[in-house]
Amino acid sequence: MSTKAKARPATAPVVFTANRLRDGRVVWFGAEGIWQDRIAAVTPFAPEAAETGLAEAQQAERQQQVVGVYAVEVGPGPTPLKFRERLRVSGPSVAAEAA
Amino acid sequence: MPLLEDGRLRPDDWTSIEDEAPLPEGPAIVSLARLRAEADALAGRNAPLGVALSPETQPEEVAPFLDRLALVAVCLPKSKDGRAFTQIRALREHHGFTGEIRATGHVLPDQYAMLLRCGVTTVEVPESTDPATWTRSRDTIRIAYQAAQSADRPLSLLRRKLELA
Amino acid sequence: MNALTYPPHARTYRYDEIDREFLQERIAEFRGQVERRLKGELTEDEFKPLRLMNGLYLQLHAYMLRIAIPYGLLNSAQLRQLGRIARRWDRGFGHFTTRQNIQFNWTRLEDVPAMLEALAEVDMHAIQTSGNCIRNTTTDEYAGASPDEVVDPRVYAEILRQWSTLHPEFTWLPRKFKIAITGSPHDRVAAQVHDVGVLAKRNARGEVGFEVYAGGGLGRTPIIARKLRDWVPEAEFLAYMEAVLRVYNALGQRDNIYKARIKILVRDLGAEFTQMVEREYERMPRDKYRLDPEIVAAIGAHFAPPPFAALQDQPLPEDREFRAWAAASIRAHKQPGYASVTISLKPIGGIPGDASADQMEAVADLAERHSFGEIRVTHVQNLVLPHVRQEDLFTLWQGLRAAGLATPNIGLISDIIACPGMDYCALATARSIPIAQQISERFADLDRQHAIGECFINISGCINACGHHHVAHIGILGVDKRGEEVYQITLGGSATNDASIGELIGPAFSYDTIVDAVETLIATYVAHRTAGERFIDTYRRLGAAPFKEALYAPA
Ligand code: HEM
Ligand code: SF4
Repeated sequence: MSTKAKARPATAPVVFTANRLRDGRVVWFGAEGIWQDRIAAVTPFAPEAAETGLAEAQQAERQQQVVGVYAVEVGPGPTPLKFRERLRVSGPSVAAEAA
Repeated sequence: MPLLEDGRLRPDDWTSIEDEAPLPEGPAIVSLARLRAEADALAGRNAPLGVALSPETQPEEVAPFLDRLALVAVCLPKSKDGRAFTQIRALREHHGFTGEIRATGHVLPDQYAMLLRCGVTTVEVPESTDPATWTRSRDTIRIAYQAAQSADRPLSLLRRKLELA
Repeated sequence: MNALTYPPHARTYRYDEIDREFLQERIAEFRGQVERRLKGELTEDEFKPLRLMNGLYLQLHAYMLRIAIPYGLLNSAQLRQLGRIARRWDRGFGHFTTRQNIQFNWTRLEDVPAMLEALAEVDMHAIQTSGNCIRNTTTDEYAGASPDEVVDPRVYAEILRQWSTLHPEFTWLPRKFKIAITGSPHDRVAAQVHDVGVLAKRNARGEVGFEVYAGGGLGRTPIIARKLRDWVPEAEFLAYMEAVLRVYNALGQRDNIYKARIKILVRDLGAEFTQMVEREYERMPRDKYRLDPEIVAAIGAHFAPPPFAALQDQPLPEDREFRAWAAASIRAHKQPGYASVTISLKPIGGIPGDASADQMEAVADLAERHSFGEIRVTHVQNLVLPHVRQEDLFTLWQGLRAAGLATPNIGLISDIIACPGMDYCALATARSIPIAQQISERFADLDRQHAIGECFINISGCINACGHHHVAHIGILGVDKRGEEVYQITLGGSATNDASIGELIGPAFSYDTIVDAVETLIATYVAHRTAGERFIDTYRRLGAAPFKEALYAPA
């Protein structure tokens, strides 16, 4: 899906996101180097470190842990700057369980 | 690279020849452009001749030469680029070509059965290929719902039992 | 193998041992592919087309499994099993789509083989619901029931389903390929916006033949299809389809995903496309592809009329609430004393097309009691019970009401089509579901909806147009404007016999103002309409000007 390499270099801190291969759930990767279920559990990479971070994160793609790694710019929280990734954090904005 | 034929690996005794390169003694595969340009000279050779079709070539373009050819190679530049399937079927169905049709490029084992059904003879595969992966894929699904070029046994309705092995 | 018993008179295509053997082999194949992927023998690039051909997408929050409901036809055992799957492997609901399929949004890759096994128990699968292959054929939800039907399209939809299944030549097309077929002069399948649209008809001698269109589509480049032929004889149906697909597979663009659909090829080649198809058709060994009348008859037998009772049409009970529902939901049937009933999956403020496992089971039960166990999925994301006795309608309504399925809004402004949009879809540029919910809430008052009359609102969350916004009376397209969701409005689209593509009316509206904009459009229509005019009629008569004026005039 969203495997597009980022065209422009990061200007804000970044974390990496992907879907776990086995179950497709959204996971997050920060400077600790571990894929986490919750974005709150990761520490962002500084913009300058984004490129090395990406290389580390993509390692997991080759090891069949995750699919579709890409960088997400974040503000404090960390909270993604873009709405789309905030939805990735929070889940659908509409009821996602049977009523 | 080795070839897969009838589910087994065998060495390739053909050589692919660049357009400017001199022709060797043995079986040679040339481009369609060269085949056109040097048709007579090529016909005079004493060794089997093949042509490599690019995916955008329409099989009619090679039709006038088919009676002199022992091999036509088609190519999947990416595994999901399926133009070769139509080329293969047309070579067999419209042009009655009975020589070797070889699939080259990025071919997946998962495409093997369909290639055979369209009329392929051999697949060019990487050195380390395990032929068992290909035969397993070929033999997994043994029923089809439409006419094709390979052997099969009609069942009721549109269905048929495949005989690919 | 098939643990579940089918309702005896439901007319779905029934698998026999050969079909079941095929399906088991296919599941074994995909199970192997999943294993190879998990072990790393397949890369994601290699696996992706394989999983797509088994209906498995990777979405924003999880994998999504799209299950084929062949031409929208289900029997009650199948629907019950879908409910069971929703409960066991998803979050207790499923989403019915405009392609008459169902999607499960919370699928886990490792569960997929087991889900496919569960589907196979009721002769269902997810084959070719995605990927660049021939997709599930869609047809008229009132097939076999509609008074205006000339040819039963289900027979040919089933033939197409079989023929296209794992077609050796057409599984790696430039792009996906969607066929719609109708057997009534009133096009209810949007035939002219499909890759191939087929109108089955009869000649003076009563023989079946097909009018064939190609190259229609929506998405980024909406195009109305070109008519290829007025008459293809029944026996040559598959041969002609082969010819169309052959030309497309050879010549369709491969280097640009946005230009890869057949509509671009047909548009660029024009009449030459038709000639190429004809030429291929002329020279192919037609005997080999001929559709024998015996095969048509044998497949047709699966769709024989159920044992209708000899009944008379009768008046409906007087209950006001029932009458309101009946007015919106009931459609005339060709058999006296019967009716077709549309079940709204658009409760006010709900998610269009969603049904919970409980609701699926409730509909399955009601179908068994009142409709020979048959259910249809419509391309506006509702369900249909095709054959209901008029004398049972009141009881049926009570049963539907108990399950929260009796919203009397079919064809009205809250009967909205919406794609999943950014809430689920990885390709989205904006959300669509919450917009649908807010519009539906804004117009919640059903008396008001009736006063507004027929009006189709369709919403897509990006230019791929899965929500069919181009062919809506009011189409809404969510786009991204510098990180903000904004919504463009198109007016005047239609997907029926008078198919047309809606026109963009002007600058986009924000998430917070789009519902007001819809309200303004409706108010403008109500102010200008003449007696009996629908929204689309008023728009066609007056053009865009008054609507533009109302939307954009400085306050
Ligand atoms: C959520 C996952 C989905 C994804 C990733 C997806 C993706 C796409 C894409 C990429 C296209 C454009 C294809 C092209 O023009 O080449 C498309 C078209 C389409 N989609 Fe979806 N879609 C999704 C869900 C749906 C749903 C839920 C529906 C039904 C409500 C739907 C119905 C359609 C239809 C009818 C078209 C055809 C438009 C045309 O003819 O061009 N899709 N989809
Ligand atoms: S229209 Fe766009 S957002 Fe909506 S489902 Fe299709 S691809 Fe996703």
